[in-house]
Amino acid sequence: MLYGIYSLLTASLFVVLDAVDVAFTEAAVGTCISSILMLSALSLTGSRIELTHKRKPVLALMTSLVLGAALLFGLADMPQFADPNAPANLHVAPYYLTQSATDIDIPNVVTSVLASYRGYDTLGEVVVIYTAGIGVIALLGGRPRRRKS
Amino acid sequence: MHFSVVGPDVERARFMKHHIVLHLIAKTLIPFIIVFALYVQFHGDYGPGGGFQAGVIFGAGYVLYGLILGKEAALKVIQIRFVHFMAGIGVLLYTMVGVAGIFLGGEFLNYSVLLSNPVAGQHFGILLIELGVGITVASVMISLFFAFATYKHPDAPVVD
Repeated sequence: MLYGIYSLLTASLFVVLDAVDVAFTEAAVGTCISSILMLSALSLTGSRIELTHKRKPVLALMTSLVLGAALLFGLADMPQFADPNAPANLHVAPYYLTQSATDIDIPNVVTSVLASYRGYDTLGEVVVIYTAGIGVIALLGGRPRRRKS
Repeated sequence: MHFSVVGPDVERARFMKHHIVLHLIAKTLIPFIIVFALYVQFHGDYGPGGGFQAGVIFGAGYVLYGLILGKEAALKVIQIRFVHFMAGIGVLLYTMVGVAGIFLGGEFLNYSVLLSNPVAGQHFGILLIELGVGITVASVMISLFFAFATYKHPDAPVVD
């Protein structure tokens, strides 16, 4: 439940940042599919373990604080948001933005980068999704198998 | 609190009869979800979206059908074996488009050589690979849901 709300908020944040494609994905995957799969998995386990708080999780708290402080410290070196001179905006992005109209001629540059310029990466992603699906089906036995006894 | 998503179907069918509002709204929404998925799939070049998003939306529409009407009814619509088959077909379609680029004199995944006009070739290639992505993602999402929904514990008593 909280997870779904968190995903929806993240999707709204992506819309605010003008990343509509990512927001779309987050809303569909994070809010919808993940919540359903999480509930399905919970109903499969059906565990009745009672959480006991005998030890105070001091170590976990310390780890979180130190990690959070380190991340905040690293944030100071990050370029400003939407800085045109940031390293990420200087490498291949100008080429994609200027050449996409003549090379591929579709209005959505995100699609032209994902599907054409970076087609090899997208192929890898599809194979990853396929492999993950096969793994779950193999673990949970997607097809009922008759066992001879 | 006990809320079973993938409980016994008979129990769920009785449970769902009392939720006629839920039932009706879901049945009304599902066609629109499917049409929207197809729109996102084939309009991804011009607006936000693409194969991945379309596949997830399609899968979500079908999963909603399975949640509301029960997994038996959902499995009557598409056989799970066919869904597993289609997951592979999507990856194969993507790879075949790439290999077709090699045979037509370009590099792997170079769509410009697919048609005589390079720009039209790019359009065609992107349409095909997005279709491959969409098929794979939708099939994997549906198989994931049914893998969870139809799982039987090995120690559970066998019902024939």
